[in-house]
Amino acid sequence: MIAVSDKPIRAGGRRSRIPPGAFSGPPPPGPSQGKEPAAGGRSRFNADAIFRGITGSFAGFVLLLVAGMATVMTIASMPAIRKFGWHFLVSSTWDPVQDQYGALPFLFGTLLSSFLALLIAVPLSLGIATFLSELAPERPARILGFLVELLAAIPSVIYGLWGIFVMVPMLRNGPQAWLSAHLGFLPIFAGPAYGVGMMAAGLILAIMILPTISAISLEVFRAVPRAQREAALALGATRWETTRMAVLSYARPGILGAVILGLGRALGETMAVTMLIGNRPAISASLLAPGYTMASVIANEFSEATGDLYLSALIEVALVLFGLTVLLNVGARYLVWSTVKRGENRA
Amino acid sequence: MNRPETLPGRETAAPAGGGRIEVRGLHAWFGTHQVLHGIDLDFSPRQVTAIIGPSGCGKSTLLRTMNRLHEETPGTRLTGSITLDGEDIHAPGTDAVRLRRDVGMVFQRPNPFPNMSVRDNVLAGFKLNHEKRKDEREILERTLRSAALWDELKDMLHKPGSSLSGGQQQRLCIARALAVEPKVLLMDEPCSALDPVSTNKIEELIFELKKSLTIVIVTHNMQQAARVSDFTAFLMVGKLVEVGATRKIFTSPEQRLTEDYVTGRFG
Ligand SMILES: Nc1ncnc2c1ncn2[C@@H]1O[C@H](COP(=O)(O)OP(=O)(O)OP(=O)(O)O)[C@@H](O)[C@H]1O
Ligand SMILES: [Mg+2]
Repeated sequence: MIAVSDKPIRAGGRRSRIPPGAFSGPPPPGPSQGKEPAAGGRSRFNADAIFRGITGSFAGFVLLLVAGMATVMTIASMPAIRKFGWHFLVSSTWDPVQDQYGALPFLFGTLLSSFLALLIAVPLSLGIATFLSELAPERPARILGFLVELLAAIPSVIYGLWGIFVMVPMLRNGPQAWLSAHLGFLPIFAGPAYGVGMMAAGLILAIMILPTISAISLEVFRAVPRAQREAALALGATRWETTRMAVLSYARPGILGAVILGLGRALGETMAVTMLIGNRPAISASLLAPGYTMASVIANEFSEATGDLYLSALIEVALVLFGLTVLLNVGARYLVWSTVKRGENRA
Repeated sequence: MNRPETLPGRETAAPAGGGRIEVRGLHAWFGTHQVLHGIDLDFSPRQVTAIIGPSGCGKSTLLRTMNRLHEETPGTRLTGSITLDGEDIHAPGTDAVRLRRDVGMVFQRPNPFPNMSVRDNVLAGFKLNHEKRKDEREILERTLRSAALWDELKDMLHKPGSSLSGGQQQRLCIARALAVEPKVLLMDEPCSALDPVSTNKIEELIFELKKSLTIVIVTHNMQQAARVSDFTAFLMVGKLVEVGATRKIFTSPEQRLTEDYVTGRFG
């Protein structure tokens, strides 16, 4: 009665990929697991093996390089490790004259300045990326997006110079003076307004990682499938709700990746921070006070480190920075990996 | 060729919930490419209407004009009128966002929010409309039940939406649409990416849902159209060739084209 014509094969339809005859007999093997070798299978297999060998050895080389660096640094910092042990990490005395070394102020400075940078840069970057991908018209968005990426390519010494000549005077005479006068009773704004210091370092780092985080987030936002946006729209979501529900949620692993890259740059940034942080190995709760970071102390003191223990202590600082970077990256990457794995669409 | 309005049996009084859609003289464009050429069609509450036709004939476009998703694609245009319970959905001052809360949609490919839990997926649209309500849990259970998912998923409400099977994902998307309590449910080839068992479940679901909803389903599967729908509309190159009771369309259609299409002689 009802003549049936089930037409599953359509342009772009996923069924069109199923080979004829796949519906009879046992289920067909997966695409790459066919038992019969394809024509010319052997040579293609060899090519695969060679390809795998070459790429594998590259990967191995990178691993070797990292392990080698860690080993060399560990050996070179042995004198300091033997002398100070764990104390090195919790002591805040850095006194080359007495040959006493503790890295805590640098650890503190690196972590705090990077944290400040993230605190400022992440919301701003996400705002920029959201605006460019969801709200701005196509063409201006492309141009602005390109400019943002360009910012990421500016050498850090230029950021440093700009910081010294423009940002620091502005900070000193403007917000810092005000904070110091009116909110100086709060520990985080205590002390005189020098201009240079933790706040300046955090700000410059924020400006420097802003393009990285926005550019990657923008890329990630643009990769969110239209089906996701339409799903939200079809539920009666406004534009902002669509962004929150479909875009930000879908892009979460990618955003995390962008933040990690930004963090990586902030942790290791040397030149601009050295020019702006004040370079005083002290731990202060005040954002107005000068500080010091691991990267800065290495850059500043390496050439004048004459004593063996001094040099060894500096190398141990490098080792700690190295370890910290690896640790944070592995931790964050694990986070990304687990969210991506969780979010992987099986459909 | 167009065969508008009055069809026998379509005059059933609208139930309390409403959900009657009337499409009149609808033309739609993508840029300069005209896709719909004057469609007149009615969709009644508590009825399932199937839209069939060859690929590219404008079925999805027609569906997407009814919740104004069509206009979200840049460069699109449309003329003619669509009313929901007598009100022009394009009238000035009519809010597309509000409309979409009355006219839900299920897409061809399941599109749950992959990083949200099953629970958050179901409640995503519901939460947009309602302030935090105590009965969230109840809504969750009720919609999952009506999407025939509760028994399967009640112990994994915190798993991400992407961890479900394709069929479960599609039913999750249906649940998500139902939680907003729409009057009309648009389904664009909801089973085309699914296996027969999942397809079967969704068809059973349609039978349940039509007790309270207007359902419009696009399908390429003639058997499915015959099984689930009360009325069938046949579209070709943006024109409505014929619409009528499903039984009639599949047994004694008035147009030769329709007969050729439903018997698989072309398309
Ligand atoms: N985003 C778009 N931009 C431009 N043209 C489009 C777009 N989407 C659809 N079209 C065109 O509109 C016409 C109708 O498309 P539509 O998706 O409505 O067809 P359909 O009947 O749903 O087909 P199918 O059965 O393959 O899903 C097609 O010619 C198509 O090329
Ligand atoms: Mg379609």
